[in-house]
Amino acid sequence: MQKPLLSVKNIYKEFNRRPVCREISFDVWPGEILGLVGESGSGKSTLLNIISGCLKPESGQVIYRGDGCERDMHALTEGRRRLLQRTELGFVRQNASEGLRLNVSAGANIGERLMAGGARNFAKLRREAENWLDKVEIDKSRLDDKPLIYSGGMRQRLQIARNLVTSPKLVFMDEPTGGLDVSVQARLLDLLRGLVAGLGLAVVLVTHDLAAARLLSERLMVMQAGRIVESGLTDQVLDDPQHSYTQLLVASIPQF
Amino acid sequence: MNRRPEGNLYNFAYLDENTKRMIRRAILKAVAVPGHQTPFSSREMPMPYGWGTGGIQVTAAVIGPDDTLKVIDQGSDDTTNAVSIRGFFAKTAGVAVSARTEEASIIQTRHRIPETPLREGQIMVYQVPLPEPLRQLEPRETETRTLHGLNEYGLMHVKLYEDIAKHGQIAASYDYPVMVNDRYIMSPSPIPRFDNPKLDHSPALQLFGAGREKRIYAIPPYTKVKSLDFEDYPFTVQSWNERCAICGAENSYLDELVIDDQGGRLFVCSDSDFCRKRAEAGPKGASRA
Repeated sequence: MQKPLLSVKNIYKEFNRRPVCREISFDVWPGEILGLVGESGSGKSTLLNIISGCLKPESGQVIYRGDGCERDMHALTEGRRRLLQRTELGFVRQNASEGLRLNVSAGANIGERLMAGGARNFAKLRREAENWLDKVEIDKSRLDDKPLIYSGGMRQRLQIARNLVTSPKLVFMDEPTGGLDVSVQARLLDLLRGLVAGLGLAVVLVTHDLAAARLLSERLMVMQAGRIVESGLTDQVLDDPQHSYTQLLVASIPQF
Repeated sequence: MNRRPEGNLYNFAYLDENTKRMIRRAILKAVAVPGHQTPFSSREMPMPYGWGTGGIQVTAAVIGPDDTLKVIDQGSDDTTNAVSIRGFFAKTAGVAVSARTEEASIIQTRHRIPETPLREGQIMVYQVPLPEPLRQLEPRETETRTLHGLNEYGLMHVKLYEDIAKHGQIAASYDYPVMVNDRYIMSPSPIPRFDNPKLDHSPALQLFGAGREKRIYAIPPYTKVKSLDFEDYPFTVQSWNERCAICGAENSYLDELVIDDQGGRLFVCSDSDFCRKRAEAGPKGASRA
């Protein structure tokens, strides 16, 4: 019997005694895309930071099983956790400037994880970077350009390449399509869907865009005020919402 | 204990004994953890930051009445900075000073390591402006400390990668980052990368003082020091087609001098002591031949 890749157990987190995540538990299975939707301020990003190991919860556990053994992400030493984060996990930020080094070339951005892992052959690093630019549909001639002069959509795609280069098993995405125009969003979603299916990645996708969630994710969780109020198969949740907040959310999508 | 030289109103070597003890503690720690930046509470010195306040504090902490001090700046013993630091210690510590590398027990330097091989018992003191090799890519001090602590050095190679991607080679010609004792990445102060191989397994004790940044680090004698590189872009040192115009040396670090407004140029050794010794001994270069 297959075990979940990531088990989140009873996460509680507060900021200034104001609870932002309350009693949250769920599993992420290998190869699935789990959507996380909810209004702004509902604790989505905080939850993502906690389950990716970036932020320590007040209580609760995050168990990762990607490399054969069970590890509590927040009980690991900092060194082990960071190693896990840059080899087994990926994090695509909403704001590309947080997830990229804007002042070094695209090639170096892609190569950073590999170099941290000990890759010391310039020609190989460069080939690998070219390869990945190709996969995320960025022209190879932009390899030595800094992401500073990239467009928003290209930055997001570069961020994805930078994260996927070490073939992680689980990638966290915090509104990867936020702030992009609709046609660019559609292309990015398309690209993501292709990459994820091809690599067998598991993804936890935070978004407030129900259309993106519907297109990409198999399962959906709805958050409100720090709680998961509804979860289930995406189509089921969106077609037959049970919780009043989810009903409101679905009803607020303009129909064409 | 009164260790003042005759007629000197300062304590021996300017700093008070408690300060020297504090600096020696930092030095001991630095020697015990080669390449690791040890914080120390740097003092105000009677010279501006950037002129060698870190080096001068380290020298003051390790110098004794029997030492012979040599100070070089850009390889030369007679530049303003070198002369004034040498004068400072001659006055406050009454120690012997010398321009000869082989006579000196302590050599304070900026920019160069003498061409004459160092020997056991000598101490090199480097004046360091920027002790943090990762700073250019990571502005947060908390983060760079974590990276050193966890031995996470992918970032350093990002910088070298950028150099090759941009210039076709690793373009850093000075302050070229090194790995000390297979553990800490260290900035060797602004010495040319020509001098990097001299850091490796040196018989002398090498101490680095950064006054403004308040850090001391060290390479104990006979410690492995490796200059970082890529497999297909190995570390190399600078080389010249010319020889020194004064002493004819072929394998020393040369300074290029403009000698007139007709585009005339001259290459001479940057290490003035090495050049003088060779010139006195015999083989002459182009300008004297």
